Amino acid sequence: MIQVIALVLGSLFGAGLYLAGMTNPAKIVNFLDIAGTWDPSLIFVMGGGIPVAAIGFIMLRRRARPVIFADIQVPQYGDIDRPLVLGSAVFGIGWGISGLCPGPAFASVLLEPSVIIPYLVALVLGSLAYERFHR
Amino acid sequence: MTEFTPVLSLSGGLLIGLSAAAAFVLFGRVIGMTGILARTLDFDFGEGSWRPFFLLGLILTPLILSLVAPSPHGFEPMGLIPMLIGGFLVGYGSRVGSGCTSGHGICGISRLSKRSIVATCTFMTTAILTVFVIRHLMGGAS
Repeated sequence: MIQVIALVLGSLFGAGLYLAGMTNPAKIVNFLDIAGTWDPSLIFVMGGGIPVAAIGFIMLRRRARPVIFADIQVPQYGDIDRPLVLGSAVFGIGWGISGLCPGPAFASVLLEPSVIIPYLVALVLGSLAYERFHR
Repeated sequence: MTEFTPVLSLSGGLLIGLSAAAAFVLFGRVIGMTGILARTLDFDFGEGSWRPFFLLGLILTPLILSLVAPSPHGFEPMGLIPMLIGGFLVGYGSRVGSGCTSGHGICGISRLSKRSIVATCTFMTTAILTVFVIRHLMGGAS
């Protein structure tokens, strides 16, 4: 049951990215290119996604526990610290260079493996570099 | 140039939001791709191995959709070097910053998390500056 639900949730997420055009790196870079060939589509993706996600979160907060799992595990509301800001800054540079973040990369890996597999290998190496030097 | 696609992008955004909302209500979990990937690589699959099954759906569904209906958006990637450098910085930065566009940008903002709002504003800013430097100062085609 959990597996089927997780598969459906991942499918919804992937279908959303595919439909929204987020699997095309040029569409991301053009969103970021406000001084050039600006494509504001990503604003509509976030504008559609955030309010619907917020409804789900409000529904969760009114419950003692989630429908399927026994406990709620969402990140704590913490303080702004240096790793948050510096890590996000580095993430943004990589996102701007490649036009890809992890979700759309997974969503397009079977569509364009020759392009996406090198990206995913580098992504995992970056993640391992974090584990090597920060943990 | 890519075509501005408000209807398709809003529709896709609604599906992404539905996935995040259902993950909140059913699982009580955040669907941040950085966390899901990192924990899956650590063999921390979660209850009922939900993380690898989520990734499986995410990876397979666009391929299935492309066989039914080709994407109207096309696929115009950067070269190999930008993909490798970008991938590494995304992988490293998202771990240090505890999240990426899905975990901070969608799930975090939907919870009105101050950390996620700051993270999203930060990566949007550096990404916009990066593209400005590459396209307008260096004259790159990236």
